[in-house]
Amino acid sequence: MADLKTKVMGVEFKNPVLTASGTFGFGEEYSELYDLSVLGGICSKGLTLNKRDGNTGIRVWETPMGLINSIGLQNPGVDSFIKDELPRMKTYNTAIIANLGGHCEEDYFEGIYKLNDSDVDIIELNISCPNVKSGGMAFGIKASIAYNIVSKIKKICKKPLMVKLSPNAESISEMSIACEEAGADGLSLINTIQAMAIDIRKRRAVFNNTYAGLSGPCVKPIALRMVHEAVKSVKIPVCGLGGIMTAEDAVEFIMAGASLIQIGTANFVKPDIAVDIIKGLTEYMDREGIKNLDEIRGIV
Amino acid sequence: MKVVRSKIAENQAIADKIFRLSVEFEGEINPGQFFMLKTTDNAFLLPRPISVHDNCESRAVFLYRAEGSGTTKISTMKAGDELQLFGPLGNGFDLGKLNGRIAVVGGGIGAAPLLYLTKKLGNNADVYLGFKDCVYTVEEFKKFASNMLITTEDGSYGEKGYVTDYIDYGAYDVVVTCGPEIMMNKIMAECKKNNIACYVSLERRMACGIGACLGCVVMTKNGNKRACKDGPVFFSEELI
Ligand SMILES: Cc1cc2nc3c(=O)[nH]c(=O)nc-3n(C[C@H](O)[C@H](O)[C@H](O)COP(=O)(O)OP(=O)(O)OC[C@H]3O[C@@H](n4cnc5c(N)ncnc54)[C@H](O)[C@@H]3O)c2cc1C
Ligand SMILES: Cc1cc2nc3c(=O)[nH]c(=O)nc-3n(C[C@H](O)[C@H](O)[C@H](O)COP(=O)(O)O)c2cc1C
Ligand code: FES
Repeated sequence: MADLKTKVMGVEFKNPVLTASGTFGFGEEYSELYDLSVLGGICSKGLTLNKRDGNTGIRVWETPMGLINSIGLQNPGVDSFIKDELPRMKTYNTAIIANLGGHCEEDYFEGIYKLNDSDVDIIELNISCPNVKSGGMAFGIKASIAYNIVSKIKKICKKPLMVKLSPNAESISEMSIACEEAGADGLSLINTIQAMAIDIRKRRAVFNNTYAGLSGPCVKPIALRMVHEAVKSVKIPVCGLGGIMTAEDAVEFIMAGASLIQIGTANFVKPDIAVDIIKGLTEYMDREGIKNLDEIRGIV
Repeated sequence: MKVVRSKIAENQAIADKIFRLSVEFEGEINPGQFFMLKTTDNAFLLPRPISVHDNCESRAVFLYRAEGSGTTKISTMKAGDELQLFGPLGNGFDLGKLNGRIAVVGGGIGAAPLLYLTKKLGNNADVYLGFKDCVYTVEEFKKFASNMLITTEDGSYGEKGYVTDYIDYGAYDVVVTCGPEIMMNKIMAECKKNNIACYVSLERRMACGIGACLGCVVMTKNGNKRACKDGPVFFSEELI
């Protein structure tokens, strides 16, 4: 049978299938549905140093084969994550990735110090959230600004650091190179694409913040191109995501060069879809006589 | 809670754009809980939250309005076709807290989750249903209500006007309601004035339906709550 095991950023993964930040909470709800130990890993809901209540008004809006969200990083804060969520997450027997966002450099630094001493396997640095007014995505647009913050964080970070890129970056390859040069151990992309919806009956923007983040199958071709571009630009491993709904989608990302993949919006469409995708990957490999994903990674 | 593909036993129009859907489902369901429903093709992305209208003989019964693209697509499904459903979800009504003299008040399609509740309350509740013009599901409610009052805005059936104007709030210990927000707000205000307990079933746009995405939050006096997991039923005093 095909071997899905993979070692990335010094961490052993049972398989390359992770669940994406913000679409899986801290795993608790999904653990009532299936055994989470089948997963390669879980990316936590986006954390900030202090608790956040998130945005007001409508937070999710469906579009043709897409979802626009404006959650606004509602989360309990890093301390509460480490104390109340992480011990339970560790019992799921899978890799735990803490997704960390911030408003300003100090927020990121404080968050990193706290996570350094925790049990998380990897820190995924979110410099790309479009749903908070100040900070957040600003770090993820210009390569020079990203270089600056990532290199400072890298100096204090004791965990493998995966930087999550924004599709709204000026240039994905420049951004990827800047993060690699700043010392990032890996990249993940893409976060949501800045988007908008209008309620024509009320004659106003749907979201209180006007713009919000688009995800789901409609973004997949864009995400795939960006992952391909990032992989060509750097040597560090790349985790690909954006609209993955099936095992075939996952294979596309791997052929584009992704070492890991994440499932986001698809978790909402069928809450145990990660199980289907892992099973589908194994079946695909067996059918094609592929022993290890290294055989096809980046062949395109 | 589980994800299943289930066969449709019946999916029939019972009024203009209103459908009764029944699917095979084995398992316990609380009144007020809901399921996420989706056709098995990719006609639309997210499953649609629909309350349990009734539950009998290994079937979950739903009452829904063909509102937009998703529910209209579901309305074209036939007996024997398969649907993806997962549930039951949400807290549902806490029957232990519904004591004394009870009024159940539904507005339009908001009546949907109240039939199974009224059934569970065993001929103990007075039922008030308000409709715009066409009425539905009244005969089903009659079987379980101790008293019934129906209103239509145009007076074509029952009393004329808004159902909220026909309730003698002082006569009840607890009111349970589901319907348009404006109607529920009115009822909550009256209950507060009369010092009566009030439970409301809320609707929010949902993505995951199980508490993970934080898309459906409701502001409460005790912080953000998720309509899908901590609700959809809330004690009105808790709401801001
Ligand atoms: C807990 C709960 C129970 C419900 N029970 C019933 C019921 O028993 N019968 C019934 O007819 N309706 C019920 N609704 C409302 C029903 O979910 C919406 O009418 C339906 O989702 C609209 O989908 P659509 O594809 O037809 O409309 P569209 O406008 O095409 O839908 C677009 C998107 O908006 C979402 N959406 C639109 N309106 C609502 C809404 N009112 N609530 C939540 N999401 C919405 C859809 O899910 C979808 O993601 C319930 C809603 C909730 C939250
Ligand atoms: C409701 C929702 C909340 C999200 N929250 C976060 C978050 O807190 N941090 C983060 O880095 N990405 C967040 N994302 C982005 C996803 O992790 C992912 O990058 C994006 O949705 C693209 O993948 P998909 O198309 O498979 O969903 C969120 C996405 C959604 C839909
Ligand atoms: S719909 Fe996702 S948390 Fe309620």
